[in-house]
Amino acid sequence: MSESLITDTVKDAVEIVKDHANDVHEHDVHAGDDHSAVHGGHHTSLGLSNTKLAMWLFLGSECLLFGGLISTYMLYRNRHSENLGPDQLWDIPFTSATSFVLLTSSLTMVLAVSAANRKDLRNTKIYLGVTALLGGLFLAGQIYEFTVFYREGLGFTTSLFSSSFFTLTGFHGVHVSIGIIMLVAMIAMLSKEKVSGDDAEAVEMVGLYWHFVDVVWIIIFTLVYLIPA
Amino acid sequence: MAIIERPIEAPETTNRGTLPEPKASTNYGYLRRPVETTGWRSWAFTVDHKKIGIMYGAVAMFFFILGGLEAALIRLQLAGPDGTILSADKYNQMFTMHATTMVFLFVMPMAAAFANYFIPLQIGARDVAFPRLNALSLWVFVFGGVFLNTSWFLGGAADGGWFMYAPNSSVPFSPTNGVDFWGLGLQITGIASLVGAINLIVTVLNMRAPGMSMMKMPIFTWMAFVVQMLLLFAIPVITVALFLLMFQRSFGAQFFSVEAGADPLLWQHLFWIFGHPEVYILVLPSFGIISEVLPVFSKKPLFGYPFVVFSGAAIGFVGWGVWAHHMFASGLGPVSVAVFSVATMAIAVPTGVKIINWTLTLWGGKLTFTTAMLFAVGLIVQFTIGGLSGVTHAVAPSDTQQTDTYYIVAHFHYVIFGGAVLGLFSGFYYWWPKVFGKLLSESLGKWNFWLMIAGMNLTFGPMHIIGLQGQPRRMYRWTEFRAGEGFFNLGFWNLVATIGTFILGVGILLFLINIWITHRPSSKTPPAPADPWDARSLEWITSSPPKEYNFARTPQVSQLDEFFHRKYEDVGEGDKHEYVQKMSGEEVIQFEEDNADPNIHLPAPSYWPMVLAFALPVMAYGVIYNTLLIVAGGAIATMAMFGWALEPADAEASDFDPPVEGGATSKELSNV
Repeated sequence: MSESLITDTVKDAVEIVKDHANDVHEHDVHAGDDHSAVHGGHHTSLGLSNTKLAMWLFLGSECLLFGGLISTYMLYRNRHSENLGPDQLWDIPFTSATSFVLLTSSLTMVLAVSAANRKDLRNTKIYLGVTALLGGLFLAGQIYEFTVFYREGLGFTTSLFSSSFFTLTGFHGVHVSIGIIMLVAMIAMLSKEKVSGDDAEAVEMVGLYWHFVDVVWIIIFTLVYLIPA
Repeated sequence: MAIIERPIEAPETTNRGTLPEPKASTNYGYLRRPVETTGWRSWAFTVDHKKIGIMYGAVAMFFFILGGLEAALIRLQLAGPDGTILSADKYNQMFTMHATTMVFLFVMPMAAAFANYFIPLQIGARDVAFPRLNALSLWVFVFGGVFLNTSWFLGGAADGGWFMYAPNSSVPFSPTNGVDFWGLGLQITGIASLVGAINLIVTVLNMRAPGMSMMKMPIFTWMAFVVQMLLLFAIPVITVALFLLMFQRSFGAQFFSVEAGADPLLWQHLFWIFGHPEVYILVLPSFGIISEVLPVFSKKPLFGYPFVVFSGAAIGFVGWGVWAHHMFASGLGPVSVAVFSVATMAIAVPTGVKIINWTLTLWGGKLTFTTAMLFAVGLIVQFTIGGLSGVTHAVAPSDTQQTDTYYIVAHFHYVIFGGAVLGLFSGFYYWWPKVFGKLLSESLGKWNFWLMIAGMNLTFGPMHIIGLQGQPRRMYRWTEFRAGEGFFNLGFWNLVATIGTFILGVGILLFLINIWITHRPSSKTPPAPADPWDARSLEWITSSPPKEYNFARTPQVSQLDEFFHRKYEDVGEGDKHEYVQKMSGEEVIQFEEDNADPNIHLPAPSYWPMVLAFALPVMAYGVIYNTLLIVAGGAIATMAMFGWALEPADAEASDFDPPVEGGATSKELSNV
């Protein structure tokens, strides 16, 4: 990692804090609608843009999806055969490392949003790319982990524990995959100038989703891996 | 969202906007936008919330008839002892699909029809927040409903009851594909509900006309808003349950296999955490409808508007804490049963508040018993009966006796038919002139109402008796041997219930005949006046049926019941209110049209919602029959999502065939 990238990163981090107040006003009120000034009809009642509100609502709904899956796992996590339970299988240092990778991707995501707010297209795309890459690395770690478990004899249908574990982490993995597709699509659409509406807001939407997926992982990592069964 | 210019004839002077010069379309090969204004394409690819609402209603009506026919078969089977019309297997499928159809394919989408059509009109918006997502909700629901019903022809429908208790719904006990169709079908219609909920919540929170604070919103919009909140959080819970069931049935997991150590109550908890809010999802829209209808035909404002709002919201909250009252007989333990029993009694309070408010709205009013009003009053009476039998379920020891008997069937038909369905019919008669520009026949409407009321009481009333006598639900036949004697003879009351069903059916048929008589080509029904009921709320401050842009100018709202206050002036002194008419409804509407906005944005139609919706049943068939179909469906869905995202925000000149140029643009676009 070159030194300039590090200084840039620090600079960006400072920018985020400074820009935060501006972010809210800039994107929320006008909602990326070019015509709003002309026709005056498109401000929103709450002052929060429609897309952002919709994304928050969607994420609220997702909380209950993961809530259900996590509850199922917590119910079944002790229902397994003698030698194929969490205590025998978990490789905490490895999963901690992949978790760290995923959490780092949240930082780069924030930097991408910040760059988008400054209309710095080049850095936006770079940070989106790095985020996608880190997400991919996390996913690769998960696939590796699943493979190891499978080799040790833990299939999807082995026990109630295995089914609920693979279902929960699998659902999270699918969410990460969809996030990566969104990031890559975002880069492509920014390059071709095909984003309808405000670029920065579109990036921020992907960011909200991405952070949510990260937060869910923190909960999963704590409940599934760290707390002893 | 996609927006195009739609200029209307501007009254001279101020041209507040200039049209952007149309550019050549620079697309990556996505489909051209549909631009038809007539024919089936103008409906299939529309994003107009009003057309979408009408289509929601039409499809839901179709499923209502289908579910009604299923009910008729059930009642025919039970009319006499040892019924032979249905086999045990077909009977199971019949009651499962009757409930599934009525709950998921009739009441929910019919409420969505009202919400779609009237929320934007009641809050003074030109459309919902995400018009293309709105079209997606509709088509996902339609395809999901059709998918669910194709199971009839593909080896038999689901047969586990609408709650599909696992492990009873796992493969050994239900080996056909019926349950798979059921699970995947509900997964699909769940997507429709979830997308619709997000869309409508954003619409209500963000698209209100200037001056319309939350506490000045018409009450129907409030209740529909609470329902969307419930949907937003209830749908993901059943999504989890359905996924687990799918993994169990199709991929060999054992989430519900008790012999493998699974918890026998997991499904019940997940289902009812969704299922109880679902009950309020069904009934609250109707509460909203009659809270609009009662004040109009009593010539009084709704009594205690804030109480009605907050009791609705309270139901929305407490509704999450009562799910286990569906499971009193499952051995939860005394503490859980006591807690849920008390919570269930508590939720009767906000419901009672509503009933008191409606009654006091009627109190001292100048009542006009139109058909809409009759249905509204019918709801109060019938729902109260259902509510009272509901309180007897809240008492756990009594509920243990009633569980799985016809008494339960009687209860939930009084609340769902007497509550939700009567309210929807009230809405049909009240808003028909608004939506279609013609009044339905009142005389036929009264026959419709009285036959439905007589029919429902004859059908569901006796079920209290036969239930308390011990006739179980979901038994495909009963025997003379055990029917009992005298007044409590099961045979007599079963026959009465079956006769009642057909009276009910005739009542509903009259509604369809009423529509036909009003709209047949040779109909002499004149166009309805713009304000036939002397209404109070914002949706009436525009022509009937509304133009595609809803309001000639965005209304400025200063109070609750805006339309009423524009028509009437308060000349009373101090606390005494006395209202004198200063303008007619027509004059208010005319005034708005005289001051129309010069340029109005309307969203452009799109093919993608339908394409994306089509992909879902393809994937679902894939889960049942062939993995390749999942891939194909996934490819279609991906393509549709990218096509959707790449569709430009504005329709471009080259989207039109032939491409339009220069000044002609606005004229052409105005036809969209």
